[in-house]
Amino acid sequence: MGLHHLKPLRVGVSVVMFSLIAFLFLDLRHIAAPSVTRGVLFLQFVPSLLRFLGTAAFGAAGCIGVVMLTVFFGRVYCSTVCPLGTLQDVISFVTRKKGKGGRFKWSNPHHALRYSIFTLTVLLLTAGSGFVLNLLDPFSGFGRIFSNLVRPVVLAFNNLAAIGLERLDVHTLYQVRWAVIAPASAAVAMLTLVPVAWLSVKRGRLYCNTVCPVGTLLGLVSKISLFRIGIDPSLCRGCRLCERVCKAGCIDIREKTIDVSRCVACYNCFTACKKQALRFEYRRPGRASGAQPEPERRRFMLNSVIWVAGIAGLGEQTEKIIQSRPTTIPVHATSPVSPPGSVSIDRFTSTCTACHLCVSACPSQVLVPSFLEFGFLGMMQPRMNFQAAHCNYDCTICTDVCPSGALIPLNAERKQLTQIGVARFIKENCVVHTDKTNCGACSEHCPTKAVNMVPYPNPANKALVIPEVNPDCCIGCGGCEHACPTKPFKAIYVDGNPVHRTAHKPVVEKIDRKVDYNEDFPF
Amino acid sequence: MDRRDFLKKTIGGGIVAGATLAVGGYAKLVAASPPASCDLVAVKGAEPDVMFDRAIASLGGMKKFVPRGSKVLVKPNIGWDVPPDRGGNTHPKLVARIIEQCLNAGAKEVSVFDHTCDQWTQCYKNSGIERAVKDAGGRIVSGDSEGYYQTVAVPKGTRLTEAKVHELLLDADVFINVPVLKHHSSSTLTIGMKNLMGVVWDRWYWHRNDLHQCIADFASFGRPALTVVDAYHVMKRNGPRGVSLEDVVPMKSQIVSTDFVAADAAAAKLFGAEPEDIRHIQLAARMNLGRMDLKALSIDRIKL
Repeated sequence: MGLHHLKPLRVGVSVVMFSLIAFLFLDLRHIAAPSVTRGVLFLQFVPSLLRFLGTAAFGAAGCIGVVMLTVFFGRVYCSTVCPLGTLQDVISFVTRKKGKGGRFKWSNPHHALRYSIFTLTVLLLTAGSGFVLNLLDPFSGFGRIFSNLVRPVVLAFNNLAAIGLERLDVHTLYQVRWAVIAPASAAVAMLTLVPVAWLSVKRGRLYCNTVCPVGTLLGLVSKISLFRIGIDPSLCRGCRLCERVCKAGCIDIREKTIDVSRCVACYNCFTACKKQALRFEYRRPGRASGAQPEPERRRFMLNSVIWVAGIAGLGEQTEKIIQSRPTTIPVHATSPVSPPGSVSIDRFTSTCTACHLCVSACPSQVLVPSFLEFGFLGMMQPRMNFQAAHCNYDCTICTDVCPSGALIPLNAERKQLTQIGVARFIKENCVVHTDKTNCGACSEHCPTKAVNMVPYPNPANKALVIPEVNPDCCIGCGGCEHACPTKPFKAIYVDGNPVHRTAHKPVVEKIDRKVDYNEDFPF
Repeated sequence: MDRRDFLKKTIGGGIVAGATLAVGGYAKLVAASPPASCDLVAVKGAEPDVMFDRAIASLGGMKKFVPRGSKVLVKPNIGWDVPPDRGGNTHPKLVARIIEQCLNAGAKEVSVFDHTCDQWTQCYKNSGIERAVKDAGGRIVSGDSEGYYQTVAVPKGTRLTEAKVHELLLDADVFINVPVLKHHSSSTLTIGMKNLMGVVWDRWYWHRNDLHQCIADFASFGRPALTVVDAYHVMKRNGPRGVSLEDVVPMKSQIVSTDFVAADAAAAKLFGAEPEDIRHIQLAARMNLGRMDLKALSIDRIKL
């Protein structure tokens, strides 16, 4: 295989990878099995790294594979695995001017900016906040763009098509409910998409080589890569064909050098060069590649140490005050509700990268991106919104798909004993109390009968029943809150457990199953 | 032509006018079925499909209720994400057999839906009903988007004077109601009339505005051609969702009638309750929507 075949190969792999990941976020019918999702996302660097550091499980070792790959062949990740990288390539491809050989040229690296952003990300992580990492992680950024911006468009088309087909009496498609709108997340997604798109049109992969912390980290690793692209000075005529197709702007034809830390391994140059002057060069490890000092490398080593130290500190954070919901709401929850498998709000907010995959995958759409419920630094991380829906008792999809380990996988049995919050009853809001009519919607939906209906004595002697909460076997699924019909304020709501607890098993009494089928009907 | 225009065309009138017509449609249905040999059939001691075959034969056969070329809507209870043996939903075998009977009688198409309480795709799947419907040759349709529901007037309602109703109900020539009999935390029991809550969009309104009265009010909107009460697995407590298999007694019974008030009354008796203690049954009888006095009915009692 000639080196010029590498570009079509890279394009093929990236398109497949991109399509699979995009599908996970747009899967309106929830077709993808969680195991498929895990497989597809195995290599996503930041989620995998966080998961690996959190669990040290081999199944989460995708990030190590990525580093190894980079040690051998440079930033292959950035042109094949990274969905945000491929998104830029797609935008760049669509907006290219036909007939011109290329539009890029060598650009000087923005070292100061690049390493400042990287250092800031690492330092904040050290301090226990993944805020900047979450904002800049390319996978999560991509996830937010697809969850918050692209999915609604796809959903709109689906619903239009469904309505059209239903007119023809065909019900193969169905209308899908709109998710709760999360303006802050949509805005952040837009603030990622617009600059990334604009830069990809104007400056190729400048975003990846300046802003993206994964790009920077892998760039540093690729400085020790064994096989890297080089220019054979004896064959190169200096025609600049390669430089013009290099979206990373890392080929310097005057010097006949390639900045390996910025090369995203797209292999466009192999295809462009008519003289086969570009080749893979093997560098033996340990041999300095040139006389220049390597400040970046030193900084990398330093940062690595800080990074690891920072991660080690993740587990034991200083106490964070969780903001309660605005006090203008008379239903005053003391804590928001974090998804099952998140263990505690602290642990959750420090490991979740807000990629919104669980938000897209949640069949009941009870998971929504938060605004300030988890505090400013926890913005966009998903919370349970029981106004919109309730958590289906047997469902564990969010814990199964979470790529970063912010939600640890729970089987149905464990999930059904995980108390993420507790139902609290406000009798004064309850329709049984105010109107003296039966309701019981809350108890209807309760899967454990933690919300039970008990006789409610009343002056008119009506046969009324009113809810009573047994907090021990409540798991905080929100069925009661979602079903409660009172307006504007609910009579029952779930108050989050900042640290999840274990609920008691529901009370189960033996029932007499004996039936005499020969007995006469009672009428 | 927008959706609304389309609906106007299909049901031949304005939104509210459409309601009157839909009621008219019901009247036509009831009129179309000749008087049955008995008012109510109660069966016990066999599988749900076998019991239905016997019951419908006793009522004169499915052809009496399903004209050739008609569009049939079968409305089971698919409210909860629980398997069939938990008794939270109508038994899939019963739903399948009803569909097969309709198709054999010459129905053009048989549709099934429910506005579920738990997440709808999981309910459809885990109740076993989606599979059963497809295998029986029916089509299972979503009830999960407000867009499917059209506002209609409920002229005789006192608390519920209008409701948003699934368009398939307005479009159907024949409506077969297939509730499951079970305990219910809000309405004491849920049977036939209560099952109609699953054809409307805004259930919250009912809960807020005297649930029993709303159930009876909506019953006045129209009577299903047939009500088939599934009492095979009966949830005796912790309803309507149930907590475990320990809530369920295998009563292996079924009640079929053209009168849903009578069907509900008989099912209540079967459960061990008195019909007059279930307020919506009493209200419906008082509104002359059917007969609650079982002694006045001719009942075919079948033990298998």
